[in-house]
Amino acid sequence: MAIQVNGTTIPTDEEGYIEDLNLWSPEVAELMAQEDGQELTEQHWEVINFLREYYDEYQIAPAVRVLTKQIGKRLGPEKGNSKYLYELFPYGPAKQACRYAGLPKPTGCV
Amino acid sequence: MLHTVNKSPLQTRDLDSCLEHLAGERLLLIEDGVYAAVAAGEASAKLRGPAAEGRVYALGPDLEARGIGHDALADGVEVVDYAGFVQLVAEHGPHQAWL
Amino acid sequence: MSDEANWEDAGAVKRFMFVNRKAPHGTIYALEALEVVLISAAFDQDVSLAFLDDGVHQLRQGQDAKALGMKNFAPTFRALDDYDIDKLYVEAESLAQRGLSAEELIVPVQVVDRERMSALMAEQDVVMSF
Repeated sequence: MAIQVNGTTIPTDEEGYIEDLNLWSPEVAELMAQEDGQELTEQHWEVINFLREYYDEYQIAPAVRVLTKQIGKRLGPEKGNSKYLYELFPYGPAKQACRYAGLPKPTGCV
Repeated sequence: MLHTVNKSPLQTRDLDSCLEHLAGERLLLIEDGVYAAVAAGEASAKLRGPAAEGRVYALGPDLEARGIGHDALADGVEVVDYAGFVQLVAEHGPHQAWL
Repeated sequence: MSDEANWEDAGAVKRFMFVNRKAPHGTIYALEALEVVLISAAFDQDVSLAFLDDGVHQLRQGQDAKALGMKNFAPTFRALDDYDIDKLYVEAESLAQRGLSAEELIVPVQVVDRERMSALMAEQDVVMSF
C-alpha cells in the first residue's frame, strides 16, 4: 500500500502507517485525515506534534495511557484525559494520531 | 528458585555467571549445558560445591543425545527426565534461564 | 486499552523481573526484551529490570545505532519512567568488569552487588531472561 502526496509515493503498511518516517510531511497527516473524513484542527496538531517530539526523544510511540498523562502535563489537565483525546481521534488517540504523525503503531497497542 | 544453563561451559560464560548467582538455589543443566557435568572435563570442578549438596541436575535425554553416560558424570549430579524437569520447576520456581 | 483498567482488582499483582545479560546491538535480544517490557507495563504488574554481565552495555550513554541502519533504542530506556517502570537494577560487579560506572549510564539506576541481585531474582514470581 502507499499514499500519494504532492506527486510522491509514500509506502505504507497494511494498516496505513507510513514505513519511512523521514518521508513524513504535514501534508501526509492532512491527506490521511481527509481520507478518514476528518479535518485537522489546532487541537489535533498539538497532539500530532507532541507525538513527533516524543518519538524524536525516546524512539517510541507512547502507549495510550502514557500519551494521556503526558498531554495532561504539557497541555493542561483539560486535555489530558481519554474523553478529550477520543473526541479528537475517534479511532483511538494513540493509533490514529500516531498514524497521522508518521510514527509506527505504539508498542503494546492491539 | 531453579536456574537452567543450556550452553557449553567452554562456549560462553553463562555457567559461570549462573554459579556466581546460584547462592543456595538449584541448577539444572540442559542442552549443551550438560557438558559441564562430565567429570573428566575441567568445568565439572565448578559444580563441586552445589553438587555435593544435591542441588545440581542434568537432563537425561540431553546426556543420551550427546553420548554422555551417567557413569561419566561428576559426583553428586542427579539425572532427571522431562517429568523431573517439570517437577523441579513446580517445586523450586521461579525459573531463571541463563540463555 | 482503557487507562482505567485496574488489573490489580482482577488478581494479585505479580513480580516480574526482566533479566538483561546481552550487549545491545550484536543480537536482537536487548531490543526484544525492551519491547516486552513496554507491553508488560500495560498490565499493572510489579515490573523490574535487571542488567548484568554484558547487559549493562545496553545502558551506556552515547549509543547511536543509526549508522548501522538499526533501531536506536537506547533513548527508549529514558521513557520507562513514563511507563511507571522505575526499578532498574544494575550489578556492580558487571559494571566494574567492563570499566563502567553508574554515572556513564543513560538512566538513573540502582546499583546492587551480586548477592543482592541473586536475592532479587529469587524474590520474583516470574523471571524472564534475555
